[in-house]
Amino acid sequence: MLPLIFIAIAAMTLVGAIGVVTARNLFHAALFLVLSFFGVAGIFITLEAEFLGVAQVLIYVGAISILIIFAIMLSRGIARTAGSVLNAQWAVVAIGAMLLFALLVVLLLQINWPVVQAAAPPDAIAELGRAFVDEYVIPFEVASVLLVVALIGAIIIARERES
Amino acid sequence: MLEQYGFIALYSGLVFVFPFLGMLTAWLLRPKKPNPIKRSTYECGLETIGDTWVQFKAQYYLFALIFVVFDIEAVFLFPWAVAYRRLALYALVEMAIFLLILLGGLLYAWRKKALQWQ
Amino acid sequence: MDFVSDLFVNLGRVWTDFLSMYLAPWLVRLINWLIVSTILLVIGLVTVLFLVWLERKIVARIQDRPGPNRVGPFGLLQTVADAVKLLTKEDITPAGADRIVYNLAPALATFSALMLMAVLPWGPRLIAADLNIGVLYLVALGSVATMAILMAGWSSNNKYALLGGFRVVAQLLSYEIPMILAMASVVLLAGSMSTQAIVEAQSPLPYVVFTPLAFLIYLLASLAEVGRVPFDLLEAESELITGYNIEYSGMKFAFFFLAEFINTFIVSIIAVTLFLGGWRGPLVDRFPVLGVFYLGIKVFVLLFAMSWFRGTLPRFRIDQMQMFAWKVLVPVALVNLLIVAVAVKLPGGLWAQAAFALAGNVITLLVTLGLLGRAARRFAERRGERLPVTT
Repeated sequence: MLPLIFIAIAAMTLVGAIGVVTARNLFHAALFLVLSFFGVAGIFITLEAEFLGVAQVLIYVGAISILIIFAIMLSRGIARTAGSVLNAQWAVVAIGAMLLFALLVVLLLQINWPVVQAAAPPDAIAELGRAFVDEYVIPFEVASVLLVVALIGAIIIARERES
Repeated sequence: MLEQYGFIALYSGLVFVFPFLGMLTAWLLRPKKPNPIKRSTYECGLETIGDTWVQFKAQYYLFALIFVVFDIEAVFLFPWAVAYRRLALYALVEMAIFLLILLGGLLYAWRKKALQWQ
Repeated sequence: MDFVSDLFVNLGRVWTDFLSMYLAPWLVRLINWLIVSTILLVIGLVTVLFLVWLERKIVARIQDRPGPNRVGPFGLLQTVADAVKLLTKEDITPAGADRIVYNLAPALATFSALMLMAVLPWGPRLIAADLNIGVLYLVALGSVATMAILMAGWSSNNKYALLGGFRVVAQLLSYEIPMILAMASVVLLAGSMSTQAIVEAQSPLPYVVFTPLAFLIYLLASLAEVGRVPFDLLEAESELITGYNIEYSGMKFAFFFLAEFINTFIVSIIAVTLFLGGWRGPLVDRFPVLGVFYLGIKVFVLLFAMSWFRGTLPRFRIDQMQMFAWKVLVPVALVNLLIVAVAVKLPGGLWAQAAFALAGNVITLLVTLGLLGRAARRFAERRGERLPVTT
């Protein structure tokens, strides 16, 4: 049952991803990206990582997609649709991409992936919270510094543009 | 536990289809008499002059960015809040540091007038 | 008598047992899910029908006029009449609009509104899907609604719709943070993100006693999220000619309208669940079916209050709204979170902690009001006016 669900969700994600790169209209590309974000959230949930799934929707669909759309609108390209989605070297790149794909498939099939058989513990989220303040406290605090740095950087750049 | 997401999936399918059923019903029931004047863009009853484009202020982008930063911070808050009761006092201190750093960022944005809506 | 005391759960059990005699377990589950989905949908739609009527009546009475009273007894069927009208209106799709996105936007808005209903606890053990991450689920779907509005504004091929869309999204984004922070305080108190667990943890005291400030912040933030007065700038008839849904007519417009009222209803239920004890009330342990009734009363009170606001309060300007969200609500919500965190770690039992949290809340509220008052006075002086002095 679960493999079927995974295939369905993965198909949705891939459709979204393909849509992003082939859409002629930038706004449509952004919407396809939202579709793939939902797909990724679905995959997280099938892996019993519910918190990650819902955080994915909250942050990626709720915040970052909107940021991307605003960025698209900030650059005036959205009104015009792209001429062609392919550039001049598409044949060579296609071959290269297929070779890379074959290489990755061979590689991934050969690795012995360590799979955890047990189900997720019922208090997984509490464990996550505890880990934030126990063993991962330094990355946790650094994350907040990182966020503030991003904030400050964005404000400085935006102010420069205006003046 | 996962089973409940099965319900969510089924429910979401139903709920997603429902508006389209409504629109289909409306499409069947309503008159269809399009003409160019009806379909022209509404602009207070005047004719549209110039391109349909608006000057997109960088202000909007800044708000969205500040929102992203605080959204991520809020997401970090929830596992901590769930685990809080069974943790010792250091959990409070560490989260306080986290929140104060971000509050500092907010203060910076405030002073630099990034939160002003022109 | 015993059967009735937990009516809905027992009905469900009897039905499931009946089905299980004839059908495979997975089919029984599927059928039950379909039934629950339909029930939720019907509840949502019927409630909106009633709510629109209720609001129009209340606002009308505040404005000293009777309100709808022609269609059906007391005008109750007014909403049905409106729905039929919208159903049969011609749908004018503007030239140059992006058809797919244009049609998708109202569907997505209604979708996100209805999806919220799946994790609401209607009574003890009466919940469609008791997710471990219930609270975050609610927030996440709220942010999907933001996308729908952006799509509506963009696809209408109309300057004003686009501009209106931007402003709505800016408003929604700004008020989402205080809302999340207020909900985080509740999660802190309950130690769980599951909505049912939060209601069950609110005995003997509902969380509004611990953090009235968080309740207030949540109420204000969700009023802004839903787009109601005093934050309904985007629907104001005098501004921007109704914003992002200008170019929508007929059923599609109806769906945006529907989404807003469903959101209002759900936001009230969430507020009651998180802060006012949800389905809790006297004797609900022995007669669980009373839970639905208690929930209904509390939600009704909140909805009445919201309609009251609509009839009486003026609306904010967009810059006032933004300033209020970021400069007042976010810092206050953060401070409140810290106060609650300290309170929970206090020794001395529940009542001591509650007293401390309550005291902290009141002090924060007074300080905030004081600061706001000072800022208002300074602002007025700078503009050359003086505030009226009442002696």
